[in-house]
Amino acid sequence: MNFDYNEEQQLLADSVRRYLAKGYDFEARRKIVAGEGWSADAWSQLAQMGLMGLPVGADHGGFGGGAVDLMGVMEAFGDALVVEPYAPLVLAARLIERGGSATQKNALLPAVVEGRVKLALAHGEKGARYALDAVRVRAAGNKLTGEKSAVLGAPVADRLVVSARSDAGIGLYLVERAAVEVRPYRTLDERLAGDVLLRDAPAEPIGGGLAALEEAMDFGTALVCAEAVGAMQFACDTTLEYLKTRKQFGVPIGTFQALQHRMVDMAISLEQARSMACLAASKADAERDARERARAISAAKIKIADAARHVSQEAVQLHGGMGMSEELKVSHTFRRLTVLAREHGDADHHLARLAAL
Amino acid sequence: MDLNYSAEELAFRDEARAWLGANLPAELREKTERYAHLSKDELLRWHRILAKKGWVAPAWPREWGGTGWNVVQRYIFEEELGYAGAPPLMPFGLAMCGPVLLQFGTDAQKKRFLPRIYNGDDFWCQGYSEPGSGSDLASLKTSARRMNGGGGEHYVVNGQKIWTTLAHYADWIFCLVRTDSGTSKRQEGISFLLMDMKTPGITVRPLILMDGAHEVNEVFFDDVKVPAENLVYEEGKGWTVAKYLLGYERMNTGRIGESKRQLAYLKRYGAHLMQDQRWRDRLSRIEVELIALEITNLRFLDRMRRTGQPPGADVSMLKIRGTEIQQGLSELMLEAADPAASDALSMAIRKRYLSMRKTTIYAGSNEIQRNIIAKSTLGL
Repeated sequence: MNFDYNEEQQLLADSVRRYLAKGYDFEARRKIVAGEGWSADAWSQLAQMGLMGLPVGADHGGFGGGAVDLMGVMEAFGDALVVEPYAPLVLAARLIERGGSATQKNALLPAVVEGRVKLALAHGEKGARYALDAVRVRAAGNKLTGEKSAVLGAPVADRLVVSARSDAGIGLYLVERAAVEVRPYRTLDERLAGDVLLRDAPAEPIGGGLAALEEAMDFGTALVCAEAVGAMQFACDTTLEYLKTRKQFGVPIGTFQALQHRMVDMAISLEQARSMACLAASKADAERDARERARAISAAKIKIADAARHVSQEAVQLHGGMGMSEELKVSHTFRRLTVLAREHGDADHHLARLAAL
Repeated sequence: MDLNYSAEELAFRDEARAWLGANLPAELREKTERYAHLSKDELLRWHRILAKKGWVAPAWPREWGGTGWNVVQRYIFEEELGYAGAPPLMPFGLAMCGPVLLQFGTDAQKKRFLPRIYNGDDFWCQGYSEPGSGSDLASLKTSARRMNGGGGEHYVVNGQKIWTTLAHYADWIFCLVRTDSGTSKRQEGISFLLMDMKTPGITVRPLILMDGAHEVNEVFFDDVKVPAENLVYEEGKGWTVAKYLLGYERMNTGRIGESKRQLAYLKRYGAHLMQDQRWRDRLSRIEVELIALEITNLRFLDRMRRTGQPPGADVSMLKIRGTEIQQGLSELMLEAADPAASDALSMAIRKRYLSMRKTTIYAGSNEIQRNIIAKSTLGL
């Protein structure tokens, strides 16, 4: 039993935090969001720290890291509200590494590790909500037709991993970004996303179907949990600071018991969420039984979704009018937590999944 | 990061579990599982079985019967007790008066009281709350005047305690009393005093709670003569003693093992409701909260083991969430019971819902726990 990061994990998390504090502070982020929605400079800095190689195995120049290795990084991302399309790259790279041919892997993964190639996972479709098997994009021969929605990172990705249905069932395919039309937009929390239109788009099949997709989404859920914990930690810290400095009736508002107790409940939600993020990451890495893994991941996401809602709503409320202002970072943290609470399934989805397991 | 117990810890858990399986009397376990009343003899019977095995006071120093287990082992053992459905061990002697004497008592006091606490020869109760002093404990008024003559130095105690759990079973009571009413700070002038319940002038009156059970009492002190040797630590330093107890290593505050057993029972008992999505989702949310609390508890333990620091305000968080979970489980049990049933178990389940409302009030209400966290963890 040990709840610490090992030395390497801690060093990586620390260096990512140091970089973000310096090169990706709230002002820098604002400029990125107002511009292209991602930063080539930040991307190359993160690549130099080894982040792109983290999910990729040593055979292709990476470090073969798991969810626990990524936890500290994702927490730092949640704290800084990073908009770079990193998690989509991680999930797509995992799917390629697990199901791709040697040729596909050799062609792509080393370039991913170096930060030269960006990947995205195109799975969601309109109306499917969080059901993984509701895939309508058709695969005929090696051509895909249909529409994928809300694909994070799609506007800037070089390659997409796309789920599609053929007569053999749901399969995964590698598609060139240039072979599809992407209609870009920004998510509620200012991340780059796009709807992807495939019209007889040439595709290379990669191994793995629904089970691989489910594993990848569970892994992604563990990352979302860690990212949410980072964002909640910021929300709690900044709200506590506000309670200590904002004065009304001649005293800091943190002297009022009505507010103290709400702050305490936020802190408890955060601790409980952190515990579940630890569970999710550990099980994503170590649990070999898919059902046990799914149970732990869904349990974690229920708690994370509830806690994200609670902490983000209270953070805004305790900031009063300032909490509504887009000038304050906390309102952006609210937006990120609102999205993360739903990413890879909201609490109701995971309650239903838990019950079905 | 590794959320699992080590092989040694698992072996320890298995040993404890196997021993409990073989030595917890079936009739006591069944009574606990069916929420039946346990008599003083039944509580003491279990206490003495553990004492004979040498496992009744694991946290005590070895010379007084402690096991030498580390914090994780002690936690595992306490969780196993709860999970097995063992009758509760009354904390007043083992986890309250005992640790106080170990820290503050004289050699004579230790020798006189500790072995009897250990072996279950004396049943203890706690005299803290008063009618006018609940959450604001330092406002307590029960007075102890130091006198000389008439059989040596002694105190004369007058006043009243309330909510005194199992005072009607108790041989002894430890009390916070005011020995000096003229101090500038209310916390000064309070002393920690031990009294034999048979002393003339002590009257116990039952307070029946809404479930009909007689668990707590009022205790009246009317010119009660207490030998001065029964003072623990220095006169006027009772608040220091009481505060020490608050920070004492109580890592079982969340009652995870007990709640896990209740949850497993609820799943069996409420099996007919599992198809009802609304009910099942409420069950799932409590289960998730319990999983999170268990991991949170283990995180605190892990930190405590590495830093050697006492748990401090962490205990408050465990108390808040642990009691909320206990209440939530008892409420779902109430709903799982057939509304048309009037058998003993169904009635006990309903009464338990009533009784469990006390958990967020006793041992420092959850609001007081929030005050503690706000002050000591958040610095508000």
